[in-house]
Order: sequence, then structure tokens, then C-alpha cells
Amino acid sequence: MDNFLAARSQMGMSLAFHIVFAVIGVALPLMMTIAEWRWRSTGDPAYLLLAKRWAKGTTILFAVGAISGTVLSFELGLLWPRFMQYAGAVIGMPFSLEGFAFFTEAIFLGIYLYGWNRVPGWFHLFSGIIVSLSGLLSAIFVTLVNGWMNTPTGFDIVDGKFQNIHPFAAMLNPAGIPEAVHMVLAAYTAAGFATAGIHSWLLLRRGRNRFDEVAIGIALTVGGAAVLVQGISGDALARMVAQNQPMKLASLEGQFKTEVGAPLRIGGLPFPDEQVTKYAIEIPHGLSLLAFHSPNALIKGLDQESSKDWPNVRMVHICFQIMVGCGSLLSLFALVAAWLSWKRGPLSKQRLFLKAAVLVGPLGFVALEAGWMVTELGRQPWIVYHLMRTRDAVTSMPNITITFLVMTFVYLILGVIVVWLLSKHVIAPAERKQLDGPGVLV
Amino acid sequence: MNPATILAGIMLGALVIYSLLAGADYGAGFWDLTCSGPRREKQRHLIAHAIEPVWETNHVWLILVVVLMFAGFSPAFSTICIGLAVPVFLILLGIVLRGSSYVFRTYFAGSIQTQLYWGKIFSISSSMTPLFLGIVIGAISSDTVVVKDGISENGFLRTWLHPFPLVVGVLSLSLFAYLSACYLTVETDDPTLQDDFRGRALFSGFVSLLAAFATYVVAGSSAREIRDGLSNTLYVLLIESCAAIAAFVAFQALWSRHYLRARIAAAAQVGLIILGWGAAQYPYLVRPGSNIFNSSAPSSVLVAIEIACAFGGAILFPSLFLLYRVFKAHRKSVVAETTSV
Repeated sequence: MDNFLAARSQMGMSLAFHIVFAVIGVALPLMMTIAEWRWRSTGDPAYLLLAKRWAKGTTILFAVGAISGTVLSFELGLLWPRFMQYAGAVIGMPFSLEGFAFFTEAIFLGIYLYGWNRVPGWFHLFSGIIVSLSGLLSAIFVTLVNGWMNTPTGFDIVDGKFQNIHPFAAMLNPAGIPEAVHMVLAAYTAAGFATAGIHSWLLLRRGRNRFDEVAIGIALTVGGAAVLVQGISGDALARMVAQNQPMKLASLEGQFKTEVGAPLRIGGLPFPDEQVTKYAIEIPHGLSLLAFHSPNALIKGLDQESSKDWPNVRMVHICFQIMVGCGSLLSLFALVAAWLSWKRGPLSKQRLFLKAAVLVGPLGFVALEAGWMVTELGRQPWIVYHLMRTRDAVTSMPNITITFLVMTFVYLILGVIVVWLLSKHVIAPAERKQLDGPGVLV
Repeated sequence: MNPATILAGIMLGALVIYSLLAGADYGAGFWDLTCSGPRREKQRHLIAHAIEPVWETNHVWLILVVVLMFAGFSPAFSTICIGLAVPVFLILLGIVLRGSSYVFRTYFAGSIQTQLYWGKIFSISSSMTPLFLGIVIGAISSDTVVVKDGISENGFLRTWLHPFPLVVGVLSLSLFAYLSACYLTVETDDPTLQDDFRGRALFSGFVSLLAAFATYVVAGSSAREIRDGLSNTLYVLLIESCAAIAAFVAFQALWSRHYLRARIAAAAQVGLIILGWGAAQYPYLVRPGSNIFNSSAPSSVLVAIEIACAFGGAILFPSLFLLYRVFKAHRKSVVAETTSV
């Protein structure tokens, strides 16, 4: 394998795994804290058991996320030393802050886990909130860096180097906040629906039980609320991309020609050689309307740039369609769920609904990975948009294929371990004694 | 003091804390490999128990060092990542394997055979990280890592595969093992277990003395400048003398079974050795080319990062203190429960 391709594959593979671990690690603490809060206000032991199970899940994911996060911080240097050499000073701030957020998360997670009977109840709940918040902040800081790679700001280029660096201006780049919001909501959506899906499946298999029912209730609330807000966030992000990265928007939408009143394409397959996107359902003026809130706005097409600077338009467009498709389906599902529970009472009694929840369970994660592909592939061939090419940032070290294979192997094992541990310690059925009486220990 | 020196100081401080906390965790993993005799299971249990609640938190200190390095001294970071890509990758592999095998072993309740198998991976990978960390430290202290325009002039093996870094690698592994054995004597009340780890502490302490001596000798041929730094500067000599005194106190305390004193003295010894190295290395990050002045970010960036560190520290240290309080209360109550039964 070509060294450059191997380096990109290794980075992509590491991120694809890390994003799953990190997302669960961000969303579980929130669900755990909600469960504890419900227990403290209702006294229902099912909530307590759930809080403890999710706390255990958080611990496992925190450990695994710490490992895969370390891998990434090393790989930034090992695979892209020239990127780090020039950009390290500009993007160091969010990474440093992320380090402290991570510390805070670790410490309060420790207090949460070992403090059930050691600290006052309110303080325990407070620790859970701090864990959720610091996990959230970590995700935001890291995504701000990705935002900077898309819309680099906060410096001047003098003699081919970054000068007059303003770390906070770089951190608050135009793409940063919209991307971070989108990422965090995606985390809650993906983890929420996946958890709801798993417990729906278990409920169908195990028969009615309080443990699975309350789990579905919390997970679906978190996932459903997040996916409904995600629509707004996605719109804001798309308009930011239209403003700052018109070529990226063009490849998301398969828009080859610069056009006034461009249509919105649903589905379809771009043919870069012929510069056309075929087989799409086109909604007239749709893209102009969405991107600039004006039906006749000018949409720049890929024809504005030489084709050698295009990303892989076909991949980017397909991934974008998958992301939007899954997101829309989940939004619809959330609305139907809300309506059903309002009209027909508890969702956990409705077998058809549970079956549907199992089916849509993985879609959040599908959308998450597809969305990540969109933003990463859509930025290519640039590592820093319009400033540094990915190819110029790669290491001179040979045989990256070997490290790629080793790391892939390690991550596969890590993935298996995580799935196995979660099934064993987090979603395993509750024993009867655990649901009798309050204050039970797991 | 200028911002570059302050940031380098923060990094050195974080490296010392990392060595004292996480270094001991790695050392404990190394001892897992040597568990033997009738108390083998008890020894393993003690090791696992000592690492359990803290290793991820301890590990974050290294991430902090890495992040501060690429934020503040990105050209030097890039140089290390190219010239020392192989040992850095092996450090990373050690971190990943150690972490995942530990997580797996902790939560795995299946057959003993599988547990033992994962335990092997755990202890081998635990030894890898300190060894290669030492090798990287040794390599940046000698003159072999030279990177120009992204190309390593000494290739990817000759930068570190020579006597000085290798000896420093052995030194760091033996120091971490020693530190950990000293800590473990305090983690148990069982006198036979204490004796087991006392023996290991004395042995590894002796090995680390030999390795330290070897480092000094080998430095004469391949890392003369760091040797001069270690022997000619007054405050470095002062730090070294304190380390020697701490080592003496630690050995004496181990010998006479005053474990708490041994633990504190051993920590002081290792901390001072790293501080001494940092002082002798000053102002270099990677000898001979990168120092903290020619590879630092503009001072506005450095100051901003230092302010962030100050804010971070203002949250971090009280939180750590709180965690410590909760744990201490926890340990006390466990002791109270067991004695009252």
C-alpha cells in the first residue's frame, strides 16, 4: 500500500473507532445522571440499578476512550508531523483545554463510582453532572480543532509560516461551534437510539420488566430530543459550509455547475468525469433555499475549481445522503414515538413500536460515521483547507502499512472487548433481588 | 523567566507527576510478570487492586505533556515524531495493549486460563512503555536525532538503537519497577506480601543503581554534552546529591521495613532524578538541534497556554484533593469494617 494511503487509512480507522467509543462515553454519563436523578425523586430501584449499570458502562468507555484518544494525539504527530509542526501552535489551545476537561471527567467519575455511600446524595448527583459536562466539553474542544482545519482563522501567513497567532480566534473559527453542536447532538442521538434499540430487543425477548422499560424511557427521550434539535443544527452547519467552503457544499450536493436557483438533490450518483449527478430526485430551487434562505441564490459548483482539487465527490455525496436520510428517519421516528405515547400510553407495551425501535437502533451510529466521512472526505485534498495539502503533511517514515495493520488489529480486539463488556456488565438482565428494596448495590 | 522556560517547566513537572503516578502503575504491571511462589494469586490481586481506581487519571499526565509539547514546541514535537517514530509507536502500542488488557482482565470473570493469557499481555505491554519512554528520553539527550525538512538524517533506527538510549531505557524500567515495588509494600497489611515486594524493591533498586552508573559511563562516548550538563552545573549537582540522599534513605527504610518512609523517599528519589535530567537537558528539547527557544511558538501563544494551564490547575488540584479525601475516607471505613468484624 502507498505510504500516504496507509497513513490516511490508519488515521481514518483510528477516528472511526474512537468516534464510537467517545460518543458513547459522552452520552452515557448524561443518561446515567438522569437515571440517578429519577431514582432520587421517585425511589424506584430500577432507576438506581440503571444508574449503576450506566456508570459501569461509562467507566469502561472512559478507559477505552482514554486509550483511543491517546492513540490519536500520538498519531497526529506520527503520521502528520508537518501538519503539527506548522499548525501545532495554532490548534494547541483546544487540545490543552481538552486535557483539563478530561482530567476533571476522570476525577469526578472516580468520585461518582466510589462515592455512592461516601458523599452526600446531592453531591453525588452533582458529580454525575460534572462528568456529563466535562465529557461534553472534551467533545466540543476536539471538534473545534476539526472546525479549524475546515475554516482556518486566527493567524497571518508570513513567509509560508503561521504568524501573529491568536489561539482563541483560531479556536472560535466559523466552522467550530456549528460543527461542535452538531457533533454533540449526534452523540446523544446515536447513543440514545442505540440504547433504546438494544433494550427494546431485550424487552421483546425477556418479557416485560421494569429495568428495560425505564432504560428505554430515558434513552429514547435523550435520543429523540437530540435528533429533533439536530435538524436545526444541521441547517446552521450547512449554511456555514455554503458561506465558507462553497466547494465542500458543492461536493456534498453533487453540484457540478455554478447555478442560480440550484435544486436540492435527494439521492443520486455523481459522475465526476461527466460532471453530472444522475438519478437524483431534484427539488427545484431547494438547495438555494436551504443554503442561503433565498430561492434564487447563486450556488457555486465544482466547476469553480480545478478537478484535481476536488474531493472524492461520489463518496462525499453518498455519505451525505446516508447521513441526512438516517437523521430524517430518526426525526420522524421520534415524532411518531411522542405521538404514540401521548395517544396510546406507555410505549413499552406496544410490541410493534418496540420492533421498530430495534430496527432504527443502529441508524444513529450509521449517520454519525457517514457524517464524519462527509466532513473529513469533503475537506480533501486539504488537511488545512486551502492552505496545506494532506499529501504535504504526511510523514517521511516508510512502512506505514505495518503500523496501519497493527493498529487495525488492536482496534478490532478493542472493539470486541467493548461489545463483550457492555453486554456483560451494562445491559445484562437485572436479577430479582436487585430490584427489591432501595439502596441495593450492584 | 520567559514564557518558553515556564512552559518547559510545566511540562517537566507533568512528566515528574506522570512518572511518580503512572510510572508506578507500569512498574506494577511489570511485577505482574514475576508473580510466583505460593502467594502468586495474592500478589496479582494486590497489584490489580492498587492500580484499579486510578490508572486512567494517572495516564492523563502524559497526554498533557504531549499536548503541551505540540502546542508550545511544535517543531521539536515534529522532530521527535519523525526521527523517533519507531520507539514512539512502541510506547503507544504499550499504552494501548496495557490499557485494553487491563480493562479486559478486570471485568472478565471467565476461565483462569484466559485471565492468565491476558495477564501476560498486560505485563509485557506494561514493561514496553517505560522501556521505550526511557529510550526516547535517552535519544533526545544524545546527538543522533537530526531531522531536516521532514527527513531524518540518521534514518529511523540509528536515531535510538545505540547504547546510550538503550541503557536509559533499562534505567527507566528499573526505576519504575522499583518505585512500584516500594508503593506496593504500603498497599497491604500482610507481612509476607510486604516482604515479597520488599525483596523486589531492593533488587530493582540495585539494578537501577547499576543502570544509572552504566548511563554515566556510556554517556562519556555518545552523549558527552548531557554528561557535562549533569556534572558541571552547580544546581544540577545539588539535585543529584538530593536524589542520592533520598536513595540512601529509601534503601535504609526498606532494609529496616519502614515502608511508608521508603515509599516517600523512593518517590523523592525518582522525582529528583527526572528533575535533574530536565535541568541538565536545559534548554534543549531534542539535542542537538531543537531547544526551547528556537522551536517555541510565539510568546503570545505560550502565555495563552500558560493561562489556560493556570485555570485548568485551579480546577484540577482542588478536584484531585477532593477525590483523595473521598478515597481516604473510603479506605478508612474499609479498615474499620474489617477490624470490627
